[in-house]
Amino acid sequence: MQKEKNFYTAFSVIIFLMAIAPLVIQNTHFQHLVIMLLLYATLSQAWNLIGGYAGQVSFGHAIFFGIGSYAAMAPLMRWGLTPWVGMLIGGVVAVIVALSIGVPVFRLRGHYFAISTFAVAEVVRELFTNWEWVDGPIGLDAPVMEEGFYNLMFYTNKLPYHYIVLAFFIIMMYLTFRMERSRMGYYFRAIKQRPEAAEAMGVYISLYKQYAFMISGFFTAICGALYGLYVLHIEPGTVLSLDISIKIVLITVLGGAGALWGPLLGSVILIPLQEYSRIWLGGTGKGIDLIVLGALIVLICIFEPRGVIGLIKRVGYQRGKK
Amino acid sequence: MDPTIIFQLIISGLLIGLIFSLIAVGLTLIWGVMDILNFAHGDFLMLAMFSSLLMFTGLGIDPLFSLPITVGLLFLVGLATFRLVIKPVLGYSGLTALVATFGLSVLIRNVILFFLGPNFRLINQSILAGKRISFMGLYLSLPELFSAIGCVLITYAVYLLISKSKFGRALRATALDKDTALLMGINTNRVFALTFGLGAACVGAAGGFLVNFYYVFPEVGMVFVIMSFVIVALGGFGNIGGAFLAGILVGLVENIGGFLIGPEFKYTLVFILYLIVISLRPKGLFGW
Repeated sequence: MQKEKNFYTAFSVIIFLMAIAPLVIQNTHFQHLVIMLLLYATLSQAWNLIGGYAGQVSFGHAIFFGIGSYAAMAPLMRWGLTPWVGMLIGGVVAVIVALSIGVPVFRLRGHYFAISTFAVAEVVRELFTNWEWVDGPIGLDAPVMEEGFYNLMFYTNKLPYHYIVLAFFIIMMYLTFRMERSRMGYYFRAIKQRPEAAEAMGVYISLYKQYAFMISGFFTAICGALYGLYVLHIEPGTVLSLDISIKIVLITVLGGAGALWGPLLGSVILIPLQEYSRIWLGGTGKGIDLIVLGALIVLICIFEPRGVIGLIKRVGYQRGKK
Repeated sequence: MDPTIIFQLIISGLLIGLIFSLIAVGLTLIWGVMDILNFAHGDFLMLAMFSSLLMFTGLGIDPLFSLPITVGLLFLVGLATFRLVIKPVLGYSGLTALVATFGLSVLIRNVILFFLGPNFRLINQSILAGKRISFMGLYLSLPELFSAIGCVLITYAVYLLISKSKFGRALRATALDKDTALLMGINTNRVFALTFGLGAACVGAAGGFLVNFYYVFPEVGMVFVIMSFVIVALGGFGNIGGAFLAGILVGLVENIGGFLIGPEFKYTLVFILYLIVISLRPKGLFGW
């Protein structure tokens, strides 16, 4: 299994690099950047399961992201419940929400699913904005608590956050890698490419779409929880916004949807691009950073419609020919 | 409750709904024929509004008379978008086209922001601006009434173009099966380009009408484009008549529901309407 060996080699190199990165460069802003990069890579990999592999585009992953971050933060604030339990609650709620969206919609083909996720996301955001217990539009601020893993709060440095996010990134990548080679992975791709043929071969397509959506929702909720605990402030306008949903799609597609390394590549490109263009060009209030970002997105799409992974594959192919 | 209020709400809902309809018709055309979700559609609307506004402030041409120019301009914008952004990604996954139009949307919005600033502007000295007629205790704002009639006429013209003309037949054939259409001697790339132009021209007309009574600012397209996604799905993808009726329905729900329950819920109501419809009629109100 040459391919499997290649994966493990590349994967361990990346894990090693990511693990030592914040130790080598002790700049706080750089550390923040790497944490965000890993978090978005994990998130986008979760989206990749349903959007990339199974081909069911969701524009509403902010639902799960928001649910996750609220499930971790609200009980922590109100009852002092450890966020690890909150994270799990968020995951379970996300799975239930995924079920309730999927059951009516997965019978259908085409864009009905996409528009439904989008509509549900807007409704959920409105619900949280008007929900007293989570302070409506103001959102929640994490309370100051004892530092440590029990409360998942670290004030003095960013390293613990980094390693926690890295751990989830590793889990997500490994699961996706196993999934790609499992029966389920083949089913997902069959559903994406030829739903009729897949059904004729005996794949229960709406059930497998549902599986993909539930797994994806679960991990998105966990990422949401991590995000909330790291940023320490959440509000419907950020964690439940269309911006988050779109950003996840953007990262995956730019990197390569339905490809194992796509989400990581996408976030390695997009997250620093966004951060640094904001630092260098933003602040004028005139949106130069966003002009650059928009133009680059269009250019990447035009020149590499399969995502950056397409470029890498092409280079690898040409090297192989020599 | 006073019956005049109800009638007033119905009329206002109808008038704004017709604008929604025309925007959604443009979107559903592109979506139905190419299977591409054009995220920049709202920004086309914004461009059209700014074009009318600038012609008014710069050259003193009333929005009524600059309408054909705006429509023509947007047709060209649509053609250019197709040539430069859509054509290179045709044949790849629809997601790529979607992300490309999203990038385009960010680009257009911020270029306009850069050159024209974030301010809200309103044309208030045009021929129609601020005028209204009263009729049996009901008020009809003249610019809205004029826009609504214009929207109906243009939607009907588009409908005729697609159902009756030779180009329309080519368009429908391409929408059904691109490869077979190509085999039958239809220049599908030309059909795609014209469809994109036509979709943009529809939203251009909507913008030219809207500018008579609505604020112009770089983000103006967002609300309308989000509504029109829902309208297109409600009416059934690619279904022009469906989009037209669904637009009116959304306008009514937004206005009446917003009044009864509270204006902050008006968009939520539309989304809930969509979710209810999709669970009862899974392919949209007028889908098959």
